[in-house]
Amino acid sequence: MSAALLRNLAGSAFLALFLGVGFYVPQVRAGSLDYQLAPRLVAEDTWVLIGKREDFSRSNGGNIVNTAFVVTTDGVVVIDSGPSRLYAEQMRSAIARITPKPVIRVFNTHHHPDHFLGNQVFADVSTTALAETIAGQRREGGAFADNVYRLSGDWIKGTEPVAARDPVGPGTLLIGDHRFELIALSGHTEGDLVIRDLGTGVLFAGDLVFHNRAPTTPHASISQWLAALDRLDAITYRTMVPGHGEPVSDGRAVEQTRRYLRWIESALLQAAERGEEMSEVLGLELPKEFAEIPLAREEFARSVAHLYRGYEATTLRHRR
Amino acid sequence: MFLPCLFTALVVFVVVSPASTFAAMADDPLQSPQWTDIRDRYLGADKVVFDPRVAVSGPKIAEDSMNVPVSVKISGLVDVRRVLVVADLNPIVKVLEFSSKGALPSLHFRMKLQQGSPVRAMAQTGDGVWHVGGIWIDASGGGCTAPSVGRSAAGWTETLGQVQSRVWQNETQSRVKLNIMHPMDTGLAPGIPAFYIERLSLQDAAGREWMTLDTFEPVSENPVFSFDFSGPPPAGLTLVGRDNNGNRINARVVK
Repeated sequence: MSAALLRNLAGSAFLALFLGVGFYVPQVRAGSLDYQLAPRLVAEDTWVLIGKREDFSRSNGGNIVNTAFVVTTDGVVVIDSGPSRLYAEQMRSAIARITPKPVIRVFNTHHHPDHFLGNQVFADVSTTALAETIAGQRREGGAFADNVYRLSGDWIKGTEPVAARDPVGPGTLLIGDHRFELIALSGHTEGDLVIRDLGTGVLFAGDLVFHNRAPTTPHASISQWLAALDRLDAITYRTMVPGHGEPVSDGRAVEQTRRYLRWIESALLQAAERGEEMSEVLGLELPKEFAEIPLAREEFARSVAHLYRGYEATTLRHRR
Repeated sequence: MFLPCLFTALVVFVVVSPASTFAAMADDPLQSPQWTDIRDRYLGADKVVFDPRVAVSGPKIAEDSMNVPVSVKISGLVDVRRVLVVADLNPIVKVLEFSSKGALPSLHFRMKLQQGSPVRAMAQTGDGVWHVGGIWIDASGGGCTAPSVGRSAAGWTETLGQVQSRVWQNETQSRVKLNIMHPMDTGLAPGIPAFYIERLSLQDAAGREWMTLDTFEPVSENPVFSFDFSGPPPAGLTLVGRDNNGNRINARVVK
């Protein structure tokens, strides 16, 4: 290793330590890593664990996602396993405080880390997802786990990405006394599983629906996502559980998500057609209805990174 | 693998580091311990001032560390001869160098960031003084040591060096945006040698140069550049260039 490179690395390490960037910072107290999961009854047999409307951090440990479980006569069905091993362990404890029945099935609505990194805690039961989701979990799980560890530290310790075992397609599935309709959509990711409990009328929408939390787009196809929202509009439900944000009993969360996606698509396309550069687009003003949504500015900046080059490419021409 | 190496280096650094490093760091608005090295290596003994007229903009956090958008805009500073862009903490520090020879002294591009780093533009004026501006961009890492995305797709050799472009114009200014197909391999991904565009020039129909660039490994794959002109762009604008393997780039800019 040359002296110059050594100096370079040394400087990097020093600065990283100095700023606390990229380095593991221990949590304040051991034993304080309690997600304080409080299942909320939203329908008969149906409990939801509402996550914070925040991004991954060292204070929330990734408890930024809605997970749920349904207590059937045969056992408990879990919908999304959360962001970490610790979360899923604490989720299982929370379930055990409500019912003595065993967990018999875990669904992953899609392949994003906050929805499946708890899978390793459910190695004893069927973990089920769309084939596209399983492929995504296998492809990107390692990078997700590394990134979540970087963002949330100790909470993520011991978390190994485990892809769902059993692929599933659209159809109905009877589990105990609950009949579930599985609806295979896409748009937020390549595979977005929506689950409707035909008895209770609860619709688990996954991350196709965000409610008062800015949508995320790292694997999004906006056109497919908008088409999926139209499909959701055609489905009847009593309660909709979005992937992030408060459950609703009407279409307002779908409509908010739709309006945001339409705006981001037209704003980015128009900016590209004006010839703007990515760094300039980052400064675009957000409409008031979105500017006040938590994480709107941060997610907009991320979406520019995910989506802008695609719109930009449509404005450039080859020499003829 | 990487972390133990850093920690080893840290120990050495703390033992041998002269106190002057810390004094110089205090001058740097970005408080980078690399600043003295950067200055010594690229600017030598020339006079240096931190100057807000050299504006760098980009994201606070690099969501995609393979494509970090950066704009350099220099306004109110006359007789800018050349501009160096560096990322202090990148394994390959120098990103590019450009000289406006009629184009406005600004440039928009995307780059790779291996980790959070200052990104600086250092503009030398005719009197020899370097005017330095910059921002800090945080990154999760991996931008320089990952193989280019296009390598995994068959047929990248068929589009190598192809250029797409577009010109926008309003009452006072125009912009030329270019996209060049090239893997821009850094040489830091295992088994893939450095393969990157090293020279670009925007020339008019008469062969006069309006902007020249020396580009290096940290420039993004299939790079996109935007150049700004006061008034309409020169007639018959052509992009001429080459990569480090001797492949030529020659494309007429499409309006």
